[in-house]
Amino acid sequence: MDDLEQVIRAYVAKEYLEDGDDRTIDDHTPLISGGIVDSFSMVSLKRFLERRYGIEIPDADATPDAFDTVSRIAALVARLRARSTAPAS
Amino acid sequence: MAFAVPVREHYRSELEGLRQAGLFKEERYIRSPQGADISVEFPSGAPPREVINLCANNYLGLSSHADVVRAAHEGLDCRGYGLASVRFICGTQDLHRALEARLTAFLGTEDTLLFPSCLDANAGLFEAILGEADVILADRLVHASIVDGMRLCKAQQDTYKHSDMAHLEEKLAEHRDKRFRLIVTDGVFSMDGDVAKLDEIVALAARYDAMVCVDDSHATGFMGRTGRGTHELKGVMGQVDLITTTLGKALGGASGGCVSGRRELVELCRQRARPYLFSNTVAPVIVAGALKVLDLLCQSTERRDRLEENARYWRSLLTEAGFDLKAGESPIVPVMLYHAKLAQDVARDLFAEGVYVVGFFFPVVPKGQARIRTQLSAAHERHHLDRAIEAFVKVGRRYDILGKSKQEIVARYGN
Repeated sequence: MDDLEQVIRAYVAKEYLEDGDDRTIDDHTPLISGGIVDSFSMVSLKRFLERRYGIEIPDADATPDAFDTVSRIAALVARLRARSTAPAS
Repeated sequence: MAFAVPVREHYRSELEGLRQAGLFKEERYIRSPQGADISVEFPSGAPPREVINLCANNYLGLSSHADVVRAAHEGLDCRGYGLASVRFICGTQDLHRALEARLTAFLGTEDTLLFPSCLDANAGLFEAILGEADVILADRLVHASIVDGMRLCKAQQDTYKHSDMAHLEEKLAEHRDKRFRLIVTDGVFSMDGDVAKLDEIVALAARYDAMVCVDDSHATGFMGRTGRGTHELKGVMGQVDLITTTLGKALGGASGGCVSGRRELVELCRQRARPYLFSNTVAPVIVAGALKVLDLLCQSTERRDRLEENARYWRSLLTEAGFDLKAGESPIVPVMLYHAKLAQDVARDLFAEGVYVVGFFFPVVPKGQARIRTQLSAAHERHHLDRAIEAFVKVGRRYDILGKSKQEIVARYGN
């Protein structure tokens, strides 16, 4: 099982940092409130997560707040993965 | 009562927050026609001051041109003040058809449809021509109106790093499974003043079977040898599928916009685009003025040539003085200050020195990228720019930003 935070950090760095941008993305770096990812380009990240982890992120959950740090994103993905694999009651 | 005291207090507090953060925008009141020299009342109630204007989109200086004003008067006399209708009911005059035909010829496309503004054109275009099976691939610095238009559309969306052709190619390959791919970019980017790599975009589009849409609002009338726009500049006239542009900048500065491009796409906008269907038609006075503007542009390239020289001269003055500029070849020359309050303070001080510019900061530009966006006009003469640079240098020295790097400015003022 891959390291969720590591995968997200690597994707964010590759997808959103321009050449020559030497900022470090850690689990608590503010991505959207910090101006690294804007709500317009957030769609790429949402799509990546959905494809990589076989989940669907409802629009209500794909908020700038939920996507503001790697740790929050990882928590959201983990919750949706758990929901999608939970046995039907 | 709907707007109770607690509700009012909530919004009052939000506005106060903007003031505290240095993000509150103040209007200035201009008491003259638009031009290189204008009379400005600021703050409200202050005696008007004569200042040099370096922040208008009046690129060709036609906003108050005598011939354009005369033509507009004739339009009022011949076709009235307003049509009180959307286009498709009883809001289309022969003037509108004539202007659309002239724009089609000028831009080198197959058809053109007028909108009340380019913002409306961008709002209506994507929803009219794309669906859930399609994808829009937008440069990350496209104009806000394109972002809004994309959000109104059911097509999937993705973005590529600004002007990064390798990243765009990755996205095109990733989205090969979609029905249609539409690449969207500004021609000249409104905040940075750089020019899209439209020739490379068109080449990628051909390779990956994608359409190309360009918002050329900051290019139509003056970019390219005869002012047709970014597509002329980049040698790809006839190869761009859609152009949206405005009549509210170089082409007279009043209002109005259009979609121009492939015949079937434009016709679909005529059939389906919501701003076209539900917003009032462009007034005859505007249409008549725009027709005269196109006459003037087709007669001579003198104005766009003068604008190009003014931009080159102004950029050299700022560079020599030691300001931190965004590189570019357009008449948009951003002076980078990074900190919102610094940008506002410098703009305020420049106004006191007789130069009218405005500080740009979040959300208009990304956080930490505040600037003063200077814009040249064919109406500027050397003495305007020489006087302006004196003011810029005086204020620049006051804030100790001359010859300073971004790191040095941010270290002193923050971002």
